[in-house]
Amino acid sequence: MASSAITIRRRFRSKVFMGLSIAAAGLGLLMLAIILGTLIYKGVAGINLAVFTEMTPPPGSEGGLLNAIFGSVVMTIIAIVIGTPISILAGTYLAEYGRYRRLAHIVRFINDILLSAPSIVVGLFVYEILVTTLGHFSGIAGAIALSILVIPIVVRTTEDMLRLVPDTLREAAASVGTPRWRMIVSIAYRAASTGITTGVLLAVARISGETAPLLFTALNNQFWSSDLNQPLASLPVVIFQFALSPYEDWQQLAWTGALLITLSVLILSIFARMITARKAQR
Amino acid sequence: MNAESPSDAVRSTGAKEKISIRNLSFYYDQSKALKGINLPLYERQVTAFIGPSGCGKSTLLRILNRIYELYPKQRAEGEVMMDGENILTSKEPVDSLRSKIGMVFQKPTPFPMSIYDNIAFGIRLYEKLPGSEMNDRVESALRRAALWDEVKDKLHTSGQGLSGGQQQRLCIARTVAVKPEVILLDEPCSALDPISTARIEELIDELKTDYTIAIVTHNMQQAARCTNYAAFMFLGELIEFDTTEKLFTSPSQPKTQEYITGRFG
Repeated sequence: MASSAITIRRRFRSKVFMGLSIAAAGLGLLMLAIILGTLIYKGVAGINLAVFTEMTPPPGSEGGLLNAIFGSVVMTIIAIVIGTPISILAGTYLAEYGRYRRLAHIVRFINDILLSAPSIVVGLFVYEILVTTLGHFSGIAGAIALSILVIPIVVRTTEDMLRLVPDTLREAAASVGTPRWRMIVSIAYRAASTGITTGVLLAVARISGETAPLLFTALNNQFWSSDLNQPLASLPVVIFQFALSPYEDWQQLAWTGALLITLSVLILSIFARMITARKAQR
Repeated sequence: MNAESPSDAVRSTGAKEKISIRNLSFYYDQSKALKGINLPLYERQVTAFIGPSGCGKSTLLRILNRIYELYPKQRAEGEVMMDGENILTSKEPVDSLRSKIGMVFQKPTPFPMSIYDNIAFGIRLYEKLPGSEMNDRVESALRRAALWDEVKDKLHTSGQGLSGGQQQRLCIARTVAVKPEVILLDEPCSALDPISTARIEELIDELKTDYTIAIVTHNMQQAARCTNYAAFMFLGELIEFDTTEKLFTSPSQPKTQEYITGRFG
Protein backbone atom coordinates (compact mmCIF):
# COMPACT_ATOMS: atom_id res chain seq x y z
CA MET A 1 0.00 0.00 0.00
CA ALA A 2 1.20 3.49 -0.86
CA SER A 3 0.31 4.97 2.48
CA SER A 4 2.36 2.46 4.42
CA ALA A 5 5.37 3.16 2.19
CA ILE A 6 5.02 6.83 3.08
CA THR A 7 4.69 5.96 6.73
CA ILE A 8 7.84 3.88 6.65
CA ARG A 9 9.75 6.63 4.90
CA ARG A 10 8.53 9.18 7.45
CA ARG A 11 9.48 6.98 10.36
CA PHE A 12 12.91 6.47 8.84
CA ARG A 13 13.44 10.21 8.37
CA SER A 14 12.21 10.89 11.85
CA LYS A 15 14.71 8.39 13.25
CA VAL A 16 17.58 9.86 11.21
CA PHE A 17 16.87 13.39 12.45
CA MET A 18 16.37 12.24 15.99
CA GLY A 19 19.69 10.41 15.80
CA LEU A 20 21.47 13.49 14.45
CA SER A 21 19.99 15.69 17.16
CA ILE A 22 20.99 13.29 19.91
CA ALA A 23 24.49 12.98 18.47
CA ALA A 24 24.90 16.77 18.33
CA ALA A 25 23.64 17.20 21.89
CA GLY A 26 25.90 14.36 23.02
CA LEU A 27 28.94 15.91 21.35
CA GLY A 28 28.29 19.23 23.09
CA LEU A 29 27.87 17.55 26.45
CA LEU A 30 30.98 15.45 25.92
CA MET A 31 33.11 18.55 25.25
CA LEU A 32 31.70 20.18 28.36
CA ALA A 33 32.42 17.07 30.42
CA ILE A 34 36.00 16.89 29.15
CA ILE A 35 36.64 20.54 29.93
CA LEU A 36 35.07 20.33 33.38
CA GLY A 37 36.76 17.01 34.10
CA THR A 38 40.21 18.30 33.19
CA LEU A 39 39.61 21.47 35.16
CA ILE A 40 38.55 19.63 38.27
CA TYR A 41 41.29 16.99 37.93
CA LYS A 42 44.05 19.54 37.54
CA GLY A 43 42.55 22.29 39.70
CA VAL A 44 41.54 20.39 42.81
CA ALA A 45 45.12 19.24 43.32
CA GLY A 46 46.16 22.81 44.02
CA ILE A 47 43.38 23.78 46.38
CA ASN A 48 44.63 24.45 49.89
CA LEU A 49 44.32 27.15 52.51
CA ALA A 50 47.27 29.09 51.06
CA VAL A 51 45.28 29.77 47.87
CA PHE A 52 42.86 31.87 49.88
CA THR A 53 45.31 33.42 52.34
CA GLU A 54 48.51 34.17 50.45
CA MET A 55 49.50 36.49 47.63
CA THR A 56 50.56 35.45 44.15
CA PRO A 57 54.15 34.25 44.56
CA PRO A 58 57.30 34.85 42.52
CA PRO A 59 58.23 31.76 40.54
CA GLY A 60 59.60 28.92 42.60
CA SER A 61 58.07 29.85 45.94
CA GLU A 62 54.88 29.13 47.84
CA GLY A 63 51.87 31.38 47.44
CA GLY A 64 48.17 31.76 46.75
CA LEU A 65 45.66 33.82 44.87
CA LEU A 66 44.23 36.07 47.59
CA ASN A 67 45.09 39.36 45.88
CA ALA A 68 43.66 38.11 42.57
CA ILE A 69 40.44 36.82 44.17
CA PHE A 70 40.02 40.09 46.02
CA GLY A 71 40.64 42.16 42.88
CA SER A 72 38.19 40.10 40.84
CA VAL A 73 35.45 40.33 43.46
CA VAL A 74 35.90 44.07 43.96
CA MET A 75 35.98 44.91 40.25
CA THR A 76 32.98 42.69 39.55
CA ILE A 77 30.95 44.29 42.32
CA ILE A 78 31.82 47.82 41.20
CA ALA A 79 31.08 46.94 37.56
CA ILE A 80 27.65 45.58 38.53
CA VAL A 81 26.91 48.54 40.80
CA ILE A 82 27.75 50.97 37.99
CA GLY A 83 26.24 48.97 35.15
CA THR A 84 22.97 47.64 36.55
CA PRO A 85 21.08 50.89 37.28
CA ILE A 86 22.06 52.40 33.93
CA SER A 87 21.06 49.22 32.13
CA ILE A 88 17.73 48.80 33.88
CA LEU A 89 16.80 52.40 33.17
CA ALA A 90 17.85 52.06 29.52
CA GLY A 91 15.98 48.76 29.18
CA THR A 92 12.92 50.39 30.75
CA TYR A 93 13.07 53.18 28.20
CA LEU A 94 13.31 50.70 25.34
CA ALA A 95 10.46 48.51 26.56
CA GLU A 96 8.08 51.06 28.09
CA TYR A 97 8.49 54.69 27.13
CA GLY A 98 10.32 54.54 23.85
CA ARG A 99 8.91 51.31 22.49
CA TYR A 100 7.49 52.83 19.34
CA ARG A 101 9.99 55.65 18.96
CA ARG A 102 12.77 55.97 16.44
CA LEU A 103 15.33 56.68 19.14
CA ALA A 104 14.56 53.30 20.72
CA HIS A 105 15.28 51.53 17.44
CA ILE A 106 18.65 53.27 17.21
CA VAL A 107 19.56 52.59 20.84
CA ARG A 108 18.53 48.94 20.47
CA PHE A 109 20.68 48.58 17.35
CA ILE A 110 23.73 50.14 19.01
CA ASN A 111 23.19 48.02 22.10
CA ASP A 112 23.18 44.89 19.99
CA ILE A 113 26.48 45.93 18.42
CA LEU A 114 27.92 46.54 21.87
CA LEU A 115 26.65 43.14 22.97
CA SER A 116 28.71 41.40 20.33
CA ALA A 117 31.70 43.75 20.40
CA PRO A 118 34.98 41.97 21.22
CA SER A 119 35.82 42.73 24.82
CA ILE A 120 39.37 43.68 23.91
CA VAL A 121 37.94 46.67 22.05
CA VAL A 122 36.20 47.76 25.24
CA GLY A 123 39.52 47.38 27.05
CA LEU A 124 41.27 49.57 24.49
CA PHE A 125 38.50 52.15 24.70
CA VAL A 126 38.87 52.49 28.48
CA TYR A 127 42.66 52.47 28.08
CA GLU A 128 42.36 55.47 25.77
CA ILE A 129 39.93 57.49 27.84
CA LEU A 130 41.03 56.60 31.39
CA VAL A 131 44.43 54.96 31.56
CA THR A 132 46.22 57.34 29.22
CA THR A 133 44.58 60.44 30.70
CA LEU A 134 45.29 59.37 34.30
CA GLY A 135 48.71 58.15 33.29
CA HIS A 136 48.52 54.76 35.02
CA PHE A 137 46.64 51.46 35.15
CA SER A 138 44.05 51.20 37.90
CA GLY A 139 41.43 48.95 39.44
CA ILE A 140 38.73 51.50 38.79
CA ALA A 141 39.55 51.54 35.07
CA GLY A 142 39.18 47.76 35.11
CA ALA A 143 35.82 47.99 36.85
CA ILE A 144 34.59 50.56 34.33
CA ALA A 145 35.69 48.38 31.42
CA LEU A 146 33.75 45.47 32.95
CA SER A 147 30.70 47.69 33.54
CA ILE A 148 30.69 48.52 29.82
CA LEU A 149 30.41 44.77 29.21
CA VAL A 150 27.59 44.49 31.76
CA ILE A 151 25.44 47.19 30.22
CA PRO A 152 24.45 45.62 26.88
CA ILE A 153 23.61 42.29 28.56
CA VAL A 154 21.39 43.78 31.23
CA VAL A 155 19.79 46.31 28.86
CA ARG A 156 18.83 43.47 26.58
CA THR A 157 17.44 41.17 29.27
CA THR A 158 15.59 44.03 30.97
CA GLU A 159 13.92 44.99 27.71
CA ASP A 160 13.12 41.39 26.79
CA MET A 161 11.70 40.60 30.22
CA LEU A 162 9.59 43.78 30.35
CA ARG A 163 8.25 42.97 26.90
CA LEU A 164 7.17 39.57 28.17
CA VAL A 165 4.90 41.35 30.65
CA PRO A 166 1.59 41.21 28.80
CA ASP A 167 0.08 44.48 27.61
CA THR A 168 -3.19 43.44 29.21
CA LEU A 169 -1.49 43.79 32.60
CA ARG A 170 -0.46 47.33 31.68
CA GLU A 171 -4.00 48.06 30.56
CA ALA A 172 -5.39 46.56 33.76
CA ALA A 173 -3.09 48.76 35.83
CA ALA A 174 -4.04 51.83 33.81
CA SER A 175 -7.72 51.09 34.21
CA VAL A 176 -7.62 51.38 38.00
CA GLY A 177 -6.04 54.78 37.45
CA THR A 178 -2.35 53.90 37.81
CA PRO A 179 0.08 56.48 36.44
CA ARG A 180 2.60 55.05 34.01
CA TRP A 181 5.69 55.31 36.24
CA ARG A 182 3.82 53.61 39.05
CA MET A 183 2.71 50.82 36.74
CA ILE A 184 6.32 50.26 35.68
CA VAL A 185 7.73 50.30 39.22
CA SER A 186 5.01 48.35 41.02
CA ILE A 187 3.79 45.98 38.36
CA ALA A 188 6.05 45.58 35.35
CA TYR A 189 9.28 45.34 37.40
CA ARG A 190 7.64 42.94 39.78
CA ALA A 191 6.44 40.71 36.97
CA ALA A 192 9.85 40.86 35.30
CA SER A 193 12.02 40.74 38.42
CA THR A 194 13.11 37.11 38.06
CA GLY A 195 14.21 37.62 34.49
CA ILE A 196 16.06 40.85 35.25
CA THR A 197 17.85 39.22 38.21
CA THR A 198 18.87 36.34 35.97
CA GLY A 199 20.20 38.86 33.46
CA VAL A 200 22.35 40.52 36.11
CA LEU A 201 23.70 37.15 37.26
CA LEU A 202 24.45 36.25 33.64
CA ALA A 203 26.39 39.47 33.35
CA VAL A 204 28.36 38.59 36.51
CA ALA A 205 29.15 35.21 35.00
CA ARG A 206 30.24 36.82 31.77
CA ILE A 207 32.57 39.43 33.29
CA SER A 208 34.09 37.17 35.91
CA GLY A 209 35.99 35.37 33.17
CA GLU A 210 36.98 38.41 31.10
CA THR A 211 40.71 38.86 30.63
CA ALA A 212 41.23 41.11 27.63
CA PRO A 213 39.59 44.28 28.94
CA LEU A 214 41.51 43.97 32.23
CA LEU A 215 44.90 43.62 30.55
CA PHE A 216 44.59 47.18 29.28
CA THR A 217 43.04 48.68 32.37
CA ALA A 218 43.65 47.07 35.76
CA LEU A 219 46.73 45.24 34.49
CA ASN A 220 47.97 43.11 37.38
CA ASN A 221 49.55 43.41 40.78
CA GLN A 222 51.76 40.83 42.41
CA PHE A 223 51.15 42.24 45.85
CA TRP A 224 48.19 42.92 48.08
CA SER A 225 46.49 46.15 47.09
CA SER A 226 43.08 47.53 47.92
CA ASP A 227 43.79 50.87 46.29
CA LEU A 228 41.50 51.20 43.30
CA ASN A 229 43.72 53.92 41.93
CA GLN A 230 46.56 51.43 41.52
CA PRO A 231 46.96 48.39 39.26
CA LEU A 232 44.86 45.54 40.64
CA ALA A 233 45.26 41.79 40.32
CA SER A 234 42.40 39.67 39.03
CA LEU A 235 41.89 35.94 38.56
CA PRO A 236 41.62 35.92 34.75
CA VAL A 237 44.75 38.01 34.24
CA VAL A 238 46.71 35.94 36.77
CA ILE A 239 45.53 32.77 35.03
CA PHE A 240 46.58 34.23 31.70
CA GLN A 241 50.03 35.13 33.00
CA PHE A 242 50.63 31.97 35.05
CA ALA A 243 49.28 29.51 32.48
CA LEU A 244 51.66 30.85 29.84
CA SER A 245 54.66 30.68 32.18
CA PRO A 246 57.17 27.81 32.16
CA TYR A 247 56.97 27.40 35.97
CA GLU A 248 55.03 24.41 37.23
CA ASP A 249 53.87 25.98 40.51
CA TRP A 250 52.48 28.96 38.56
CA GLN A 251 50.71 26.64 36.15
CA GLN A 252 49.16 24.80 39.12
CA LEU A 253 47.85 28.09 40.53
CA ALA A 254 46.41 28.94 37.09
CA TRP A 255 44.47 25.65 37.05
CA THR A 256 43.20 26.29 40.55
CA GLY A 257 42.17 29.84 39.65
CA ALA A 258 40.30 28.59 36.60
CA LEU A 259 38.48 26.07 38.77
CA LEU A 260 37.55 28.81 41.26
CA ILE A 261 36.04 30.99 38.52
CA THR A 262 34.12 28.07 37.06
CA LEU A 263 32.79 27.01 40.45
CA SER A 264 31.67 30.52 41.37
CA VAL A 265 29.86 30.90 38.03
CA LEU A 266 28.26 27.50 38.62
CA ILE A 267 27.13 28.50 42.10
CA LEU A 268 25.72 31.75 40.71
CA SER A 269 23.76 29.85 38.06
CA ILE A 270 22.34 27.47 40.65
CA PHE A 271 21.43 30.46 42.78
CA ALA A 272 19.68 32.08 39.81
CA ARG A 273 17.77 28.87 39.16
CA MET A 274 16.70 28.71 42.77
CA ILE A 275 15.32 32.24 42.67
CA THR A 276 13.41 31.42 39.49
CA ALA A 277 12.06 28.19 40.93
CA ARG A 278 10.90 29.81 44.15
CA LYS A 279 9.18 32.56 42.15
CA ALA A 280 7.42 29.96 40.01
CA GLN A 281 6.21 28.06 43.06
CA ARG A 282 4.40 30.99 44.59
CA MET B 1 -36.19 52.94 15.11
CA ASN B 2 -32.72 54.10 14.14
CA ALA B 3 -29.96 54.75 16.58
CA GLU B 4 -30.06 58.55 16.32
CA SER B 5 -33.09 59.09 18.50
CA PRO B 6 -34.23 56.90 21.37
CA SER B 7 -36.92 54.40 20.57
CA ASP B 8 -40.24 54.43 22.37
CA ALA B 9 -39.16 51.45 24.44
CA VAL B 10 -36.01 53.25 25.54
CA ARG B 11 -37.85 56.47 26.28
CA SER B 12 -40.47 54.71 28.35
CA THR B 13 -37.84 53.46 30.82
CA GLY B 14 -37.13 57.07 31.82
CA ALA B 15 -33.53 56.24 32.74
CA LYS B 16 -30.96 59.01 33.07
CA GLU B 17 -28.01 59.22 30.69
CA LYS B 18 -24.65 58.73 32.42
CA ILE B 19 -22.55 58.77 29.30
CA SER B 20 -23.55 60.19 25.92
CA ILE B 21 -21.48 59.14 22.97
CA ARG B 22 -21.88 61.65 20.17
CA ASN B 23 -20.72 61.32 16.60
CA LEU B 24 -17.75 59.27 17.70
CA SER B 25 -15.27 58.02 15.11
CA PHE B 26 -12.08 56.08 15.71
CA TYR B 27 -8.99 55.44 13.65
CA TYR B 28 -6.27 52.83 13.86
CA ASP B 29 -3.62 54.72 11.93
CA GLN B 30 -5.41 55.28 8.58
CA SER B 31 -8.21 52.80 8.91
CA LYS B 32 -11.52 53.97 10.30
CA ALA B 33 -12.81 51.50 12.87
CA LEU B 34 -15.83 53.44 14.15
CA LYS B 35 -18.04 55.62 12.02
CA GLY B 36 -20.01 58.34 13.77
CA ILE B 37 -21.41 56.42 16.73
CA ASN B 38 -24.24 57.99 18.75
CA LEU B 39 -25.17 56.07 21.86
CA PRO B 40 -26.33 56.68 25.43
CA LEU B 41 -25.26 54.66 28.46
CA TYR B 42 -27.90 54.91 31.15
CA GLU B 43 -27.09 55.35 34.81
CA ARG B 44 -27.17 52.17 36.89
CA GLN B 45 -28.14 50.11 33.89
CA VAL B 46 -26.30 47.43 31.97
CA THR B 47 -25.75 48.05 28.28
CA ALA B 48 -24.57 45.25 26.01
CA PHE B 49 -22.44 45.88 22.93
CA ILE B 50 -23.07 43.04 20.52
CA GLY B 51 -22.08 42.31 16.95
CA PRO B 52 -19.79 40.07 14.91
CA SER B 53 -16.01 40.05 15.45
CA GLY B 54 -14.32 43.18 14.17
CA CYS B 55 -17.47 45.30 14.30
CA GLY B 56 -15.84 47.77 16.68
CA LYS B 57 -17.55 46.94 19.97
CA SER B 58 -14.31 46.43 21.91
CA THR B 59 -12.85 49.50 20.24
CA LEU B 60 -15.84 51.51 21.44
CA LEU B 61 -15.41 50.20 24.99
CA ARG B 62 -11.71 51.06 24.97
CA ILE B 63 -12.45 54.67 24.07
CA LEU B 64 -14.64 55.17 27.13
CA ASN B 65 -11.68 55.05 29.55
CA ARG B 66 -9.17 56.26 26.96
CA ILE B 67 -7.14 53.07 27.34
CA TYR B 68 -6.42 53.21 23.60
CA GLU B 69 -4.09 56.14 24.33
CA LEU B 70 -1.48 53.70 25.60
CA TYR B 71 -0.77 52.88 21.98
CA PRO B 72 0.51 55.05 19.16
CA LYS B 73 -1.40 55.91 16.01
CA GLN B 74 -4.84 55.42 17.51
CA ARG B 75 -7.15 58.38 17.67
CA ALA B 76 -10.75 59.22 18.49
CA GLU B 77 -12.91 62.02 17.10
CA GLY B 78 -16.23 63.17 18.46
CA GLU B 79 -17.56 63.45 21.99
CA VAL B 80 -17.96 61.17 24.96
CA MET B 81 -19.90 63.23 27.47
CA MET B 82 -19.92 62.04 31.06
CA ASP B 83 -21.78 64.21 33.58
CA GLY B 84 -21.67 67.08 31.12
CA GLU B 85 -17.98 66.95 30.30
CA ASN B 86 -16.28 65.55 27.21
CA ILE B 87 -13.88 62.98 28.62
CA LEU B 88 -11.86 62.92 25.41
CA THR B 89 -10.79 66.53 25.86
CA SER B 90 -11.17 66.79 29.64
CA LYS B 91 -8.45 68.63 31.54
CA GLU B 92 -8.66 66.05 34.28
CA PRO B 93 -5.56 63.83 34.30
CA VAL B 94 -6.28 60.65 32.39
CA ASP B 95 -5.22 58.49 35.38
CA SER B 96 -7.82 59.92 37.71
CA LEU B 97 -10.38 59.74 34.91
CA ARG B 98 -9.66 56.04 34.53
CA SER B 99 -10.11 55.49 38.25
CA LYS B 100 -13.74 56.57 37.71
CA ILE B 101 -14.24 54.29 34.74
CA GLY B 102 -12.99 50.82 35.64
CA MET B 103 -12.40 48.04 33.17
CA VAL B 104 -12.31 44.24 33.31
CA PHE B 105 -10.71 42.35 30.46
CA GLN B 106 -11.31 39.20 28.50
CA LYS B 107 -8.51 37.30 30.20
CA PRO B 108 -8.14 37.70 33.96
CA THR B 109 -5.26 40.06 34.73
CA PRO B 110 -4.30 39.72 38.39
CA PHE B 111 -1.30 41.85 39.34
CA PRO B 112 1.83 39.91 40.37
CA MET B 113 1.18 40.41 44.08
CA SER B 114 -0.95 39.02 46.90
CA ILE B 115 -4.73 38.88 46.74
CA TYR B 116 -4.88 41.61 49.39
CA ASP B 117 -2.46 43.86 47.55
CA ASN B 118 -4.29 43.32 44.26
CA ILE B 119 -7.25 45.08 45.84
CA ALA B 120 -5.31 47.56 47.97
CA PHE B 121 -3.10 48.67 45.08
CA GLY B 122 -5.75 50.77 43.36
CA ILE B 123 -7.06 52.20 46.64
CA ARG B 124 -3.57 53.30 47.71
CA LEU B 125 -3.19 55.29 44.49
CA TYR B 126 -5.78 57.84 45.49
CA GLU B 127 -6.44 57.40 49.21
CA LYS B 128 -4.30 57.22 52.33
CA LEU B 129 -6.11 54.86 54.66
CA PRO B 130 -5.11 53.52 58.06
CA GLY B 131 -4.59 49.75 58.15
CA SER B 132 -7.92 48.78 59.68
CA GLU B 133 -9.91 50.88 57.21
CA MET B 134 -7.91 49.42 54.36
CA ASN B 135 -8.73 45.93 55.62
CA ASP B 136 -12.41 46.85 55.62
CA ARG B 137 -12.23 48.21 52.10
CA VAL B 138 -10.47 45.11 50.84
CA GLU B 139 -13.01 42.87 52.55
CA SER B 140 -16.00 44.75 51.23
CA ALA B 141 -14.61 44.76 47.69
CA LEU B 142 -14.03 41.01 47.86
CA ARG B 143 -17.50 40.47 49.30
CA ARG B 144 -18.95 42.61 46.55
CA ALA B 145 -17.30 40.36 43.99
CA ALA B 146 -18.54 37.22 45.80
CA LEU B 147 -14.98 36.09 46.38
CA TRP B 148 -14.48 36.77 50.10
CA ASP B 149 -15.45 33.35 51.42
CA GLU B 150 -13.10 31.60 49.03
CA VAL B 151 -10.04 33.72 49.76
CA LYS B 152 -10.43 35.09 53.29
CA ASP B 153 -7.94 32.57 54.69
CA LYS B 154 -5.29 33.18 52.05
CA LEU B 155 -5.34 36.92 51.46
CA HIS B 156 -1.57 37.09 51.48
CA THR B 157 -0.94 34.44 48.86
CA SER B 158 -0.42 35.38 45.22
CA GLY B 159 -3.46 36.41 43.22
CA GLN B 160 -2.04 34.49 40.30
CA GLY B 161 -2.56 31.21 42.15
CA LEU B 162 -6.35 31.46 41.95
CA SER B 163 -8.49 29.69 39.38
CA GLY B 164 -9.51 31.56 36.23
CA GLY B 165 -13.00 32.34 37.51
CA GLN B 166 -11.66 33.48 40.87
CA GLN B 167 -9.05 35.62 39.15
CA GLN B 168 -11.75 37.30 37.11
CA ARG B 169 -13.79 38.01 40.24
CA LEU B 170 -10.59 39.34 41.84
CA CYS B 171 -10.28 41.73 38.90
CA ILE B 172 -13.87 42.83 39.39
CA ALA B 173 -13.23 43.31 43.12
CA ARG B 174 -10.15 45.36 42.29
CA THR B 175 -12.19 47.52 39.94
CA VAL B 176 -14.99 47.99 42.46
CA ALA B 177 -12.51 48.80 45.25
CA VAL B 178 -11.52 52.13 43.72
CA LYS B 179 -15.20 53.17 43.69
CA PRO B 180 -15.65 53.90 40.01
CA GLU B 181 -18.86 55.29 38.54
CA VAL B 182 -18.76 53.23 35.39
CA ILE B 183 -17.54 49.67 34.85
CA LEU B 184 -16.54 48.43 31.40
CA LEU B 185 -16.50 44.67 30.85
CA ASP B 186 -14.77 43.37 27.73
CA GLU B 187 -16.03 39.82 27.19
CA PRO B 188 -15.41 39.05 30.87
CA CYS B 189 -16.64 35.45 30.65
CA SER B 190 -15.15 34.29 27.36
CA ALA B 191 -12.23 32.54 29.09
CA LEU B 192 -14.36 31.01 31.86
CA ASP B 193 -16.25 27.79 32.42
CA PRO B 194 -20.09 27.85 32.64
CA ILE B 195 -20.20 27.85 36.46
CA SER B 196 -17.79 30.77 36.75
CA THR B 197 -19.72 32.50 33.99
CA ALA B 198 -22.96 32.13 35.91
CA ARG B 199 -21.35 33.64 39.02
CA ILE B 200 -20.04 36.62 37.07
CA GLU B 201 -23.47 37.15 35.52
CA GLU B 202 -25.10 37.15 38.95
CA LEU B 203 -22.48 39.62 40.00
CA ILE B 204 -23.20 41.95 37.08
CA ASP B 205 -26.84 41.90 38.07
CA GLU B 206 -25.95 42.95 41.60
CA LEU B 207 -23.39 45.56 40.60
CA LYS B 208 -25.84 47.49 38.48
CA THR B 209 -27.55 48.80 41.61
CA ASP B 210 -24.47 51.00 42.11
CA TYR B 211 -22.70 51.28 38.79
CA THR B 212 -23.29 52.09 35.18
CA ILE B 213 -22.10 49.06 33.26
CA ALA B 214 -21.18 48.43 29.64
CA ILE B 215 -20.40 44.89 28.54
CA VAL B 216 -19.04 43.55 25.28
CA THR B 217 -20.23 40.01 24.69
CA HIS B 218 -20.42 37.44 21.94
CA ASN B 219 -22.89 35.42 23.92
CA MET B 220 -26.46 36.30 22.94
CA GLN B 221 -27.97 34.43 25.87
CA GLN B 222 -25.71 36.33 28.21
CA ALA B 223 -26.74 39.64 26.71
CA ALA B 224 -30.39 38.65 27.00
CA ARG B 225 -29.95 37.42 30.59
CA CYS B 226 -28.14 40.24 32.27
CA THR B 227 -28.45 43.50 30.34
CA ASN B 228 -31.10 46.21 30.16
CA TYR B 229 -30.06 47.80 26.91
CA ALA B 230 -28.31 46.47 23.86
CA ALA B 231 -26.45 48.11 21.02
CA PHE B 232 -25.93 46.10 17.85
CA MET B 233 -22.89 47.10 15.84
CA PHE B 234 -21.76 46.08 12.40
CA LEU B 235 -18.66 47.13 10.43
CA GLY B 236 -17.93 50.08 12.69
CA GLU B 237 -21.45 51.42 12.68
CA LEU B 238 -24.18 51.34 15.26
CA ILE B 239 -27.07 49.57 13.57
CA GLU B 240 -29.57 49.57 16.37
CA PHE B 241 -29.90 50.55 20.01
CA ASP B 242 -32.85 49.61 22.14
CA THR B 243 -33.91 47.95 25.33
CA THR B 244 -32.52 44.45 25.38
CA GLU B 245 -36.01 42.99 25.42
CA LYS B 246 -37.11 44.96 22.38
CA LEU B 247 -33.89 44.38 20.45
CA PHE B 248 -34.03 40.65 21.00
CA THR B 249 -37.75 40.15 20.44
CA SER B 250 -38.64 42.62 17.72
CA PRO B 251 -35.63 44.40 16.29
CA SER B 252 -36.42 47.19 13.86
CA GLN B 253 -33.43 46.58 11.58
CA PRO B 254 -33.27 43.50 9.34
CA LYS B 255 -29.49 43.24 9.97
CA THR B 256 -30.09 42.95 13.73
CA GLN B 257 -32.72 40.30 13.14
CA GLU B 258 -30.29 38.30 11.01
CA TYR B 259 -27.53 38.52 13.60
CA ILE B 260 -29.52 37.59 16.68
CA THR B 261 -31.14 34.68 14.91
CA GLY B 262 -27.68 33.43 14.00
CA ARG B 263 -27.82 33.88 10.25
CA PHE B 264 -24.36 35.49 10.19
CA GLY B 265 -21.56 36.52 12.51
